[in-house]
Amino acid sequence: MGQRISESWNSRVGIILAVAGSAVGLGNFLRFPGQAAEYGGGAFMIAYFISFLLIGLPICWAEWAMGRMGGQAGFNSASGIFNYITRRPAFKYLGALGVLIPVVIYMYYVYIEAWCLGYAVNFLRGDMQFAAVEQASEFWQSFIGIQADGSAIGFGWDQVGCYLVLVFILNFVLIFRGISKGIELFCRYAMPALVLLAFVILFRVLTLGVPDANHPERSVQNGLGFMWNPAKQLVETRTSPTEEWEFVEQIVDPQRLELARSLAAEDPHQRVRTVSVWEQLVNPQLWLAAAGQIFFSLSVGFGVIITYASYLRKKDDVVLSGLAATSANEFCEVAIGGLITLPAAVTFLGVAGVAGMGTFGLGFNVLPMVFSNMAGGEFFGFLFFFLLFLAAVTSSLSMLQPGIAFLEESLNINRKQSVTILGFITALGCGFVVYFSQDVKALDTLDFWVGTCLIFILASIQIIIFSWVLGVDKGIQAANAGSSLRIPRIFGWIMKYVSPSLLLIIFIFWVLNKVFGFSLGQSGVAYSSYVKDLFIEPNRVAQLSILLVAAVATLFVLIIALNKNYSNYSKKDAYDD
Amino acid sequence: MTTSGWLVMLVSVGAVTCLLAVCLYLVFRSGDRAEHLHGLESETPDVDAD
Repeated sequence: MGQRISESWNSRVGIILAVAGSAVGLGNFLRFPGQAAEYGGGAFMIAYFISFLLIGLPICWAEWAMGRMGGQAGFNSASGIFNYITRRPAFKYLGALGVLIPVVIYMYYVYIEAWCLGYAVNFLRGDMQFAAVEQASEFWQSFIGIQADGSAIGFGWDQVGCYLVLVFILNFVLIFRGISKGIELFCRYAMPALVLLAFVILFRVLTLGVPDANHPERSVQNGLGFMWNPAKQLVETRTSPTEEWEFVEQIVDPQRLELARSLAAEDPHQRVRTVSVWEQLVNPQLWLAAAGQIFFSLSVGFGVIITYASYLRKKDDVVLSGLAATSANEFCEVAIGGLITLPAAVTFLGVAGVAGMGTFGLGFNVLPMVFSNMAGGEFFGFLFFFLLFLAAVTSSLSMLQPGIAFLEESLNINRKQSVTILGFITALGCGFVVYFSQDVKALDTLDFWVGTCLIFILASIQIIIFSWVLGVDKGIQAANAGSSLRIPRIFGWIMKYVSPSLLLIIFIFWVLNKVFGFSLGQSGVAYSSYVKDLFIEPNRVAQLSILLVAAVATLFVLIIALNKNYSNYSKKDAYDD
Repeated sequence: MTTSGWLVMLVSVGAVTCLLAVCLYLVFRSGDRAEHLHGLESETPDVDAD
């Protein structure tokens, strides 16, 4: 057995950039704009900022504080930290979630990371020329092997294999170098580079104007309007007065809106309906979407922040550092992601061509076509996908550290051994995801059950431990120690009552909506494809995916059960003194 | 883009930018105390101590 060396961050800026890097990912640039546009910019932003204050920030602070506490006692994994803070042995098993989640997410996230690198390289090579979204979609499907299992495995320029090997090695080289010389050093350069690239792309997008004179409605201004206008203008039709109005299209361009209104005035079967901010705010789906976006964007409930914070020293600032990291993430999401993605897409495809696109559709089908039609598009396409790649690497690194910390702590092994074991486990999982690439079934299944469902559960466990088991007063007192900024008193009440309640409500509605297919305001139940794949119309790949998760979870639980270190939790009490 | 759209965008972007600016100001203001918690040269976490 090797002897473990105690690690820590080299500087405050280093950990802020590392945590921000963990949070800034594809969701900031692809998912957020889509969500904001779908639910109407203004209304969505109100719910978004409220969710930030009531859910995101409180859980973030709780994770930072608990992580530092556990770290002071010599624990770096969620299992050890939960065990130490709660003084209840059962909690160490719940902490296994804080290792399982990032490890499993890494298995498919690194695959997506390889897409980003592959797209960047292909843009640089000038191989990304698409006349229509369909062509870009065909390239993507071939690139990731969506047609058949096993078809993603290939090592040409336009196949994902070589990029996957490269990013996998890069991640493990950096993680092997350790906290300060690997993660921190990389993030210190990658995060400023990411922001710089984003500003270059932002400048290009905002100066696009109206690229096609035949489509004056396809402009940057209308793209921004699609993203940020608080009220939505919808054209609806019906064939007879007894029927329900049916949605036709959303209009942003003022001249087209004028025309549609004049047509509606003459045609009783057509109308232009204005959906106001207040009308949107009473839609529960909007609140679910906004809270979910904040939740996933800040990386709370991933088991990452708690591990990163465990490498802080006793008097290091966690309140200001936590706020700085979350604000950096918010800046990348709102001020950069919110101004680049949709305006660029609408400028070339119009509102109708962009509306309803999911994260992958927007990122890997629409935007490649947009860049390939833009002047200097090869260069800007490369920059954009390289930006996504950097964002993805800083996130995937953070997914490995909890596993490394757990293995070193529970098996008492050194970095080389822990990297080897985790490398083997994640390589197996990643190989599984890449092989079963048809319809991205394995990726989709893991993302739903682990990357969404388990994250809700872990976040709830964390805030309950902080507020109820440890005690919110004690927790906040511990968080404030050494901080140049103090957590406002009102957050004690928010962390104890509001955050857990909101999380519970969101989780219940999420299960009803995404698992049972129950839509608020509508009756009837239609099980989601994720449930059907497992129980109703069994899908072999989906079931194997769950089996993979169960196998990794069992391994971690066994390691915890056999580990005697966790019974020694009072060896160095960090917060009672 | 409507006037209210501009307003929402400016307030949202302005809010997160100001928050980040304030945080960075506070972090760097206390930089002398918090920066260089310990020297990089003394940090050798990846060293195997077999």
